[in-house]
Amino acid sequence: MAYLITDLCVDVMDKSCVRECPVDCIYEGRRSMYINPDECIDCGACEMTCPVKAISYEPDLPPEQAHVLPRTREWVEIHGAVGGARRTGPVGVDHPDIDALPAAPAPAP
Amino acid sequence: MRPLRVAVVGAGPAGLYTADALRFQKQVEVLVDVLDRLPTPFGLLRYGVAPDHLKMKSLAVTLQRVLDDPGVRFLGNVVCGADVTLDELRDRYDAVVYAFGAAVDRRLGIPGEDLPGSTSATAFVSWYSGHPDRSGPACSLDHPGVAVVGVGNVAVDVARILAKPVDVLRSTDMPDDVLAALERSVVTDVHVLGRRGPAEARFTHKELRELGELDDVDVVVRPDEIALDARAEAAVASDPVLARNVELLRAWSARPPTGAARRIHLRFGLRPVEVLGPDRVVGLRVERCRVENDGTVRGTGEVEQLDVGAVLRAVGYRGTPIDGVPFDERTGTVPTDGSARVLRDGALSPGEYAVGWIMRGPTGVLGTNRADGQDAADALLADAASLRGSRAGADDDLLELLESRGVQVVSTNGWSAIDAAEVLLGGEQGRPRTKIADRDGLLAASRG
Repeated sequence: MAYLITDLCVDVMDKSCVRECPVDCIYEGRRSMYINPDECIDCGACEMTCPVKAISYEPDLPPEQAHVLPRTREWVEIHGAVGGARRTGPVGVDHPDIDALPAAPAPAP
Repeated sequence: MRPLRVAVVGAGPAGLYTADALRFQKQVEVLVDVLDRLPTPFGLLRYGVAPDHLKMKSLAVTLQRVLDDPGVRFLGNVVCGADVTLDELRDRYDAVVYAFGAAVDRRLGIPGEDLPGSTSATAFVSWYSGHPDRSGPACSLDHPGVAVVGVGNVAVDVARILAKPVDVLRSTDMPDDVLAALERSVVTDVHVLGRRGPAEARFTHKELRELGELDDVDVVVRPDEIALDARAEAAVASDPVLARNVELLRAWSARPPTGAARRIHLRFGLRPVEVLGPDRVVGLRVERCRVENDGTVRGTGEVEQLDVGAVLRAVGYRGTPIDGVPFDERTGTVPTDGSARVLRDGALSPGEYAVGWIMRGPTGVLGTNRADGQDAADALLADAASLRGSRAGADDDLLELLESRGVQVVSTNGWSAIDAAEVLLGGEQGRPRTKIADRDGLLAASRG
């Protein structure tokens, strides 16, 4: 089990979660953040601090977000997002499924 | 330029994350000494996080890396304010960071609270965690009923440990005497009591759900006690985590008991009014409450008596002062400017910082301490130039001073020896670790 970052993070990337992750397992893509599910220790700090409620514990993930776990695993593996985000720095690239998501509407001027 | 010397008082997560943040940055060279009154580091990770939460416990690997840094020294078994005064610390370091947590539990303030069998959940947690300052089992396990007052995660931890079959705890690091006492336990009914409704309970969803997944345990919830008023409905509607809690409680309230060996009763809208004696706890009188429109809790006069032989209060913690450290009695915290800088009489006090529970009070989760540590490090580094210029005092090593006073300081290597001894002890019993639960034993192990 792990906490996972859903589509609600895309184009938001508030990153409050990064500061509070005790094992530094929240990595930065281009349009979204990603939690390495093998490094997550299930503490729940990220879920509590996320202002847009983009983070869910695996068993609480709504069915329409079920794609998030396999997508996250693929991204972590391809980009070697392990050993601490502070060490790796921003990865700067997203999973292709996130690339394919439409841009969030610009906030009203 | 000489390195900055920083003392961190408290080797729990808040203190160690501060040390970590100070060492990770490369603009200013910082050497950090982390003091703890216990012979062991990791604070509430070692003595608060429940022994059966193995994934959380694995955070020790991360925190150990901080201690393994050659620029960080662990000075364990050192009581700040007794073995060394605050002035002596401030003379020897450019900055001191207070990270000594909130050690004392809040009281209920009701008659009978001091009867044998009535104690704090903290004392019970310290006992099963093998804290060297623990005293006895703290909670009588020879009566079928136990009341736990409070609906936060500490209450949930305590209820779970009391209800869980002992066989599934044998792989944890619990001391042998704890496992033996839990094996003899006759507890079958744990009553967890909250004054308010489920929408105001502080437990997190994952911890709550875990109660429903325990083997041979029924979770009992009364439908009338989880009915929501308009205010609670609004709170639940705007918070998906709360909504999941309420949904789960409703599911439990509709579930017929399975005849399990033990039960956890989650009760809402009840406050304790008297622990019944006269010589030891033989019951707890509780009163039905309602939440008024202004949010206050008021008793209704309707009372109920719970058949319990122990009462554990889990209604919060507060910090205790260290001699010479500014302290706000009202909040039980060290006052700061909001950016970790300590205030003395309302004015900034250069060279003093505070993090973790002693700074913000007992709120937040373990991860909150990492953010605190970063904030303190940022503030300290911003102040670095003035800190370096201002220290008047001695340049001798604190370790020499402590040793000249006969303090048995546990170093990083000493802690590693304790760690190895516990792992060895566990290995003999087929588990990853068995904790050494007394100070003399820890000190002996630290000498290798």
